[in-house]
Amino acid sequence: MRYLVSVIDDKSNPGSTDRRPAISAFNERLIAEGYWVFAGGLASPDTATVIDNRGEQAVFSDGPFVESKEYLAGVWVWEAPDLDVALKLAAEASKVCDRKVEVRPFQ
Amino acid sequence: MSDVEEAITRAHHEEWVRVVAALTRRFGDLDIAEEAAAEAFATAVERWPADGVPPNPGAWLTTTANRKAIDRIRRESKRDDKHKEAQTVYDDDPPEPPGAIDDERLRLIFTCCHPALAMETRVALTLRMVGGLTVPEIARAFLAAESAIGQRITRAKAKIKAARIPYRVPAAEDLPARVTGVLAVLYLVFNEGYLATGPDTDPVRHDLTAEAIRLTRLIRTLLPQDGEVAGLLALMLLTEARRTARVSAGGELVAFNEQDRGAWDAALIAEGHRLVRERLAAAAAGVAPGRYQILAAINAVHTSALDVRDTDWSQVLALYDQLVRLDPSPIIALNRAIAVAELDGPQVALAIVDRLADALAGYHAYHATRADLLRRLGRSQQSRAAYDRAIELAGNTGETAYLTRRRDQLP
Repeated sequence: MRYLVSVIDDKSNPGSTDRRPAISAFNERLIAEGYWVFAGGLASPDTATVIDNRGEQAVFSDGPFVESKEYLAGVWVWEAPDLDVALKLAAEASKVCDRKVEVRPFQ
Repeated sequence: MSDVEEAITRAHHEEWVRVVAALTRRFGDLDIAEEAAAEAFATAVERWPADGVPPNPGAWLTTTANRKAIDRIRRESKRDDKHKEAQTVYDDDPPEPPGAIDDERLRLIFTCCHPALAMETRVALTLRMVGGLTVPEIARAFLAAESAIGQRITRAKAKIKAARIPYRVPAAEDLPARVTGVLAVLYLVFNEGYLATGPDTDPVRHDLTAEAIRLTRLIRTLLPQDGEVAGLLALMLLTEARRTARVSAGGELVAFNEQDRGAWDAALIAEGHRLVRERLAAAAAGVAPGRYQILAAINAVHTSALDVRDTDWSQVLALYDQLVRLDPSPIIALNRAIAVAELDGPQVALAIVDRLADALAGYHAYHATRADLLRRLGRSQQSRAAYDRAIELAGNTGETAYLTRRRDQLP
């Protein structure tokens, strides 16, 4: 089962900025134990561009599709046998990145 | 009730959870298990009066439910043209060895009380899947719309499937935390029954307290070594024992110290005391008691006194001190203050209660406790104001009646 693990940061109360070494070590472990599929940190939501090409022509607009206090700061994709395994890893992940994380299964 | 009706009711109580658990295990799908179990019981209602009660009702129900589930899967796979795929789902499972069934019931309970589900969802799902209550029964118990409860259960089943919430007993290292989660669900069901909310509701909902006790007994047979399970069961029994003495003929709640102790259920008290003694022995052997065990011990002290004046308040306070160390919540501190009032007087207790104002301003029992302490101190005017606030916040009809009478008796 594949799970998307979203790392959620908070503009008014951001997590600490010195987490990189700990996250790298955690990623190494995810790879070694066979859970790791993909990981990536995201640039700030201000750098996003929204494209809507459902109409006559594509419309580009600056900024994220939704303005909110909390935003997506990065993602993992994990392969785990069930939600209990994913939640256990996610609890560690939250500690390691000093941020909230959301676990959501792929269809 | 006729013999057949009685047999069906008994089978429902005893076999529902076994049937659902066995089918969930076999078909890996709560939805199929629930529907097939419900159909099997409906078939029993139709057939047993004419054909007679089968010699082994549980086996009959499981076989019937299995057949219903396979019929449904066949129907759906024809429709979805996934016949082969579905066949592997139901054909590869060897029959369960005897004894394994207990694990299946536990699996079901842990799945329904999974921490990834919202608390209200866990309660509804547990009552439906484990307790066998129908959606209308659950809706009535929690004064919710049937459609809301139905949707909640449907969404939960979909999440369990889509997110792959596992159908298993948690690993030993996770077990204590997960058992705590299960007990929280059962305690919530019990409390809602014991102090039912809602303007048109009976003050005590015996159906809910009985169901909570029944399920806790079940967990106790499955996890006999767990001290908190024993503690919660003892707590429920010692509370339930006072049920009939707790409501007057006029539907008014009777305060603990005014209850007719002769009306308490001696058998439930004896059973509760036995469990508490068992846990005290474990504590003496060095096993630290959890909160349910301490709460049960407090109730054991109260129910040991034949007259309220014989209550060993210093023992009650010592237990509350122990509880506060485990759970420093303001509600525990409020209950502790009631014991302080008995030992050190209402003045000392009031000072403790007043410090909880910020945390408990919206809690009716905080105002009711203050009102009582102020009354005992002769501060009628302040007491009346506190009763007013408590009455405003209380959701239980019997409690509102009691508080109103106390207020109106103030000089």
